Amino acid sequence: MKLLSEKGVQRILMATAFSAISALLLIALFIISEGLPFIFSYGLNEFLFSSNWEPQAGKFGIYPMIVASLWVTFGAMVVGAPLGVAGALFLTEYVPKAIMRIVKPTIELLAAIPSVVYGFIGVMVLAPIIRENLGGPGLSLLGASIILGIMILPTIISISIDSILAVPQSYREGSLALGATIWQTIHMVTIKASKSGIIASIILGMGRAIGETMAVIMIAGNSVNIPTSALDSVRTLTANIALEMSYATGMHRQALFATGVVLFIVIIILNSIASIAIRKRPVKK
Amino acid sequence: MRIHPRYTQFLAVVLLWTATVVTLGILIFIIFFILEKGLPVVDLNFLTGKPEDLGRSGGIFPTIIGTILLPLLAIAIATPLGVFTAVYLTEYTRESKVTKIIRFGTDCLAGIPSIIFGLFGYIFFVITLEMGWSILSGGLTLAVMVLPTIIRTSEEAIKSVPKSYREVSFSLGATTWQTVKKVILPNALPGIVTGIMLSIGRSIGETAAVIFTAGSSLRIPTSIFDSTRTMAVHFYILAREGISAENAYGTAATLIISVLIVNLSAYWLMNRFIAKRS
Repeated sequence: MKLLSEKGVQRILMATAFSAISALLLIALFIISEGLPFIFSYGLNEFLFSSNWEPQAGKFGIYPMIVASLWVTFGAMVVGAPLGVAGALFLTEYVPKAIMRIVKPTIELLAAIPSVVYGFIGVMVLAPIIRENLGGPGLSLLGASIILGIMILPTIISISIDSILAVPQSYREGSLALGATIWQTIHMVTIKASKSGIIASIILGMGRAIGETMAVIMIAGNSVNIPTSALDSVRTLTANIALEMSYATGMHRQALFATGVVLFIVIIILNSIASIAIRKRPVKK
Repeated sequence: MRIHPRYTQFLAVVLLWTATVVTLGILIFIIFFILEKGLPVVDLNFLTGKPEDLGRSGGIFPTIIGTILLPLLAIAIATPLGVFTAVYLTEYTRESKVTKIIRFGTDCLAGIPSIIFGLFGYIFFVITLEMGWSILSGGLTLAVMVLPTIIRTSEEAIKSVPKSYREVSFSLGATTWQTVKKVILPNALPGIVTGIMLSIGRSIGETAAVIFTAGSSLRIPTSIFDSTRTMAVHFYILAREGISAENAYGTAATLIISVLIVNLSAYWLMNRFIAKRS
């Protein structure tokens, strides 16, 4: 029995194909329509660059949170990017393929560990170490950077490995045949050829770090202030939303959605850069 | 000054080795740490008992129910949408502006942080559509969140079906839809299921998107309009509000084991799929 004609099926499939993009637009629409009016009435400058966040007094400046988010993300990059890229290079260039086939899924499996668990490890293990050895409250910018740096490792390693493997084997053979060592081949040939993919992996890791919420709430300490040292307690944009959303009303809630708008825009920009970089990846022939 | 290539080579191997060992070491430490502290707490009473005194004592049974229901609802909604999108992109169109826009939208959606999904689910499902904090709101929010994963993995799975299969089907006079239904989808099934399993894994561990849409009620839900609390949310509340470190470890261990089982089965399926193909 034929319930649907070929044309009908095609129309239905086409409609569902737009589900993802419609969801994206719907998300943008609802976050923006809730947040943008607030930004206009409160003043963009005042919202982004004032340091007073006192919801009870009607003061909504998110500057400290912006600074904190940037520092935490930067810190996570300092921890995660070198380790991740080095790990990816080692696994692809030095380790036998058979071992890589076991290690790569293991690392990807670790991306599935819930972020709250990472945050909890930060509180139970990392924070006491920081407190005893370096001073400060332990729940700090430094702690958040290290935990986020670890959290983005699977993203960076996995995407870097894919782009390094896409470099044609003949490039390496050519270099080795000229008498170069494996390391010379890596930094003169392989890294150059897979540069855009490695950069994309780092940008995607950045997106993950700046958007991470629950782990950061647990480890960063959450006090609203512009950090003067890595041992200070900080509150990021994401943490600000999640901490106050449960009880916020009126202007306060709109301010949190406006914070969401800022975050949304930053993420879309980062993802666009990453997707352009990934497309530039050399194609295996 | 130029250092002899032999030394740079040696130095590079040492550094890269260290980086890899540190990375793997940290990640494996996390799993063992949680399991070592948490597993002693987990027993049959813990898994089947009701939480008492906000979770200070007792078990986690209602949160297990929530952890099963939310991801199931999410994939029940996202799977048809995701698979159909993948079929459309691979079988019904050529690369064009439209497919580029769809792919870009999917990529963007994949990169959106979960707190934004939480905000959206709250304002759209909970408030605007008046679903309240419920399994339905949470499931719909998670469905939007995992949609890109399902689209991508299904697309890869469908692309890996050999071209000759399609040609044979077409040469027998089958239409595109008949080919999709009888030839392509059955052959791509293991790959699609892998994507579904990965999505379940991600939904199980999700906190920020769930806490603002499904709420955190500790009662056993009787309908999809009831609020519920997943293991991840329960763990977060126990740990953050310092209710009980012991039960937090127990919940975390149960959570990690569930996520690992789901993801390992996904990899097992994927490997079988790849082995069969080659």
